[in-house]
Amino acid sequence: MTTTQPTTQPRDFGFGEEAQLLRDAARRLLLERCPPERLHRLVAADESPARATECVWDPELWSQMVELGWTAVAVPEEAGGFGMSLAAIAGLCEELGRAAVPSPLIGTLCATHVLAACQTEAARLQMRRIAEGAALSVALTDRFGSWDFMQTEVEAVGSGPVLLRGTAWFVQDARKVDAFVVKARVPGGGVGLYVVDADAPGVTVVPDAIVDLTRDQAHVELRDVEVSADRVVGLMTTPEQVARVLGRAEAAMLVLVAADMVGAAEWQLQTTAAYARERVQFDRPIGFFQAVKHPLVDMMVMIDEARSLLYDAACTFDQDPEAAEVPARMAKAAASDAASYCSSRSVQLHGGIGFTWECFVQLYFKRQKHNEVLLGDGSHQRAKLADVLIGPIREGEA
Amino acid sequence: MDGGTSNVDRASTRDAARETTEQETFRAWCRAWLREHMPARPSFHLPQGPLEISTEAQLEYLCAWQKSAYQAGLVGCDYPREYGGRGRRDCQRIANEELQTAGAPFLPNLVGLGMAGPTILHHGTQAQKERLLPPLLSGDEIWCQGFSEPGAGSDLANVQAYAERRGDQWVINGHKVWTTLAHFATWMILLCRTDKADKYRGLTYFAVPIKAAVGKGVEVRPLVKMTGEAGFNEVLFEDLVVGDDCRLDEVGRGWAVAMTTLMHERGAGTLVTPSSGSSGGDELGPDGLVELAWRSRRGGRPAAEDPLVRDGIVRLLMRRRAFEQSRRRASVPALVDHPQRLPLQHKLVLSEMLQDTARLACEIEGMGSTLVRTDEHAPAEGRWPLAYMNSYGFTIAAGSNEIQRNILGERVLGLPKTK
Repeated sequence: MTTTQPTTQPRDFGFGEEAQLLRDAARRLLLERCPPERLHRLVAADESPARATECVWDPELWSQMVELGWTAVAVPEEAGGFGMSLAAIAGLCEELGRAAVPSPLIGTLCATHVLAACQTEAARLQMRRIAEGAALSVALTDRFGSWDFMQTEVEAVGSGPVLLRGTAWFVQDARKVDAFVVKARVPGGGVGLYVVDADAPGVTVVPDAIVDLTRDQAHVELRDVEVSADRVVGLMTTPEQVARVLGRAEAAMLVLVAADMVGAAEWQLQTTAAYARERVQFDRPIGFFQAVKHPLVDMMVMIDEARSLLYDAACTFDQDPEAAEVPARMAKAAASDAASYCSSRSVQLHGGIGFTWECFVQLYFKRQKHNEVLLGDGSHQRAKLADVLIGPIREGEA
Repeated sequence: MDGGTSNVDRASTRDAARETTEQETFRAWCRAWLREHMPARPSFHLPQGPLEISTEAQLEYLCAWQKSAYQAGLVGCDYPREYGGRGRRDCQRIANEELQTAGAPFLPNLVGLGMAGPTILHHGTQAQKERLLPPLLSGDEIWCQGFSEPGAGSDLANVQAYAERRGDQWVINGHKVWTTLAHFATWMILLCRTDKADKYRGLTYFAVPIKAAVGKGVEVRPLVKMTGEAGFNEVLFEDLVVGDDCRLDEVGRGWAVAMTTLMHERGAGTLVTPSSGSSGGDELGPDGLVELAWRSRRGGRPAAEDPLVRDGIVRLLMRRRAFEQSRRRASVPALVDHPQRLPLQHKLVLSEMLQDTARLACEIEGMGSTLVRTDEHAPAEGRWPLAYMNSYGFTIAAGSNEIQRNILGERVLGLPKTK
């Protein structure tokens, strides 16, 4: 049976006391500092189209998150971090999603995992920086939003200092971070990973106009940006090497984003259920009617499937990162599908008010739509899973 | 309701991270025993589940298997020793996992193990537990469930079968339907009305010796399912007289007792049901789809290369893994928001996963799915079209999935009650 977890895994997913403390602290802080009313006032003050390129967030809250050590949770202890399990970090990310908080934390955690997968001294140096509070984001994607490991529009030329040339697309929270981990093609067919400061000469961060109000996104133009040797964090010469390093990082990133989605979906469920308990039509709360009650239950079932796969994936990664691809893709696929359904029902079941700018569900609807496609949506993940679980399509021979 | 999905186990509520020494030793022992004692396949056709047992030969074979697994301590091991169990702590789950991994045949006393057993253990007197539980666990006495009636399906509390008290005895009249295994059963758990004025508090729960009364106040009539298989029945009571020692718990407490039965039937009870055979991991689970898709053809190529087929299979493999992982998560209090949230989804999720699996399997087989078991060209011995039809037994039984959604919405999400 290919889908059963090995019995060596802890039955509690390794989600221990430390993980609970982290999650509970996060829930408390975000409930206090980023409740929906406040979030709406912050990010939705302006409904004009011009706001789509704005970067609105609460830097004070961010300093507090850094002070609490949240940037350091994924950094290994030898690089000055807490080296916490991905299961524990998934708990933290669920809370980020539940509050839909605008912050560069998920991006920074993603960057940390890319750096950790590199296993170089230069990467450790950058992780140390993150542990000390720096925010980083990954710049791995081309203009078609491809998640293919070898795909990039950035080239690394020269070797004295390396020069980066080209554009990285769909960079998350680009205007909240101090630096980017940029993927570039190197002469000879390999791929390199480079850390570039946001304010380095030759770097232009061009904001995208986006739907989601709770984050910012940009493409990063690199015009002969000089990278010193201690910023070359990874250099992979063969496609197998690239797949090993980025594959490992990708599994962790899928878990982080899935966790954000599961937390946000739970907010959508609870908020919509609360509305169905209160809103009266035909002399009854609408939650009495099965046309409303049953979709709410289906939201819950989908969330629970995704949440179970999420901790399965996180725990598998903590035990053996090489084995995490299948559960991580499953977690992201399930979370994407759950997010899609929950977003749809959260607006529909709120009725007219759900369709308005003033209603909080729009904030989550948009964050989820963004999350759904980030790192590949459900059908993308399932196509990748099919290659592993069913076997590749044998072109030619019939 | 009458014999749905209790042939599946459920994660215990244990919150320890790893197995205890007792569990580890027990697992190794189960594995070793199963290596030596798996029964040979019979020469005749075995049905896909306990709901479809229709011949004496099938019953005899499966009962012999249950008895041997019981005697070895794999069935009922969490029950107290004085009632025929082994007094173990949270070991049935382990036995179930090993039974399923070994691909052992299913246990025929479905209603006994999954519903009557836990109900008697929770509500029975000392004498009832001593008398009824040991032969229930061994399979020497088969049980059936008399809940549904023509006018009491989803609205179970509308039961009209009437038990009238006469001194130390009860006289029972009424009509029960969808009674799985009634034609083989020694005992029936029976929900009767004892007070016509109070819908919920007018019910009383009995354990009735049914086989002994056939022809003497009890008539069992087989019902044929849409598949052509027998296996369930209607049961008519006409002035059946039983002693007051057949009553379980107080007069008027029948609804509460029935809830214990139903929670276990739906996989949300406190006691793990001994289970072997089908639970989504066997030949009717999603794992079988991969091989089927490589064997089937579509447009001149293996169906396993069709992108839509691939997407569909992976969706089901995901649901299967999520189902397993939810059972695991249900035992981790830090990762559940409401104690009943995952247990109450069990029967809904499992029955729909199995139905969708069978539906996709038929789709993959294409024209092959038009052939039934008796046709020599039927792919996979005609298992999938049959499984697809039978899957409606699971989505309807034990409280239809519409009722499950009501219960989840009301108990977990706090929505207003439909009834």
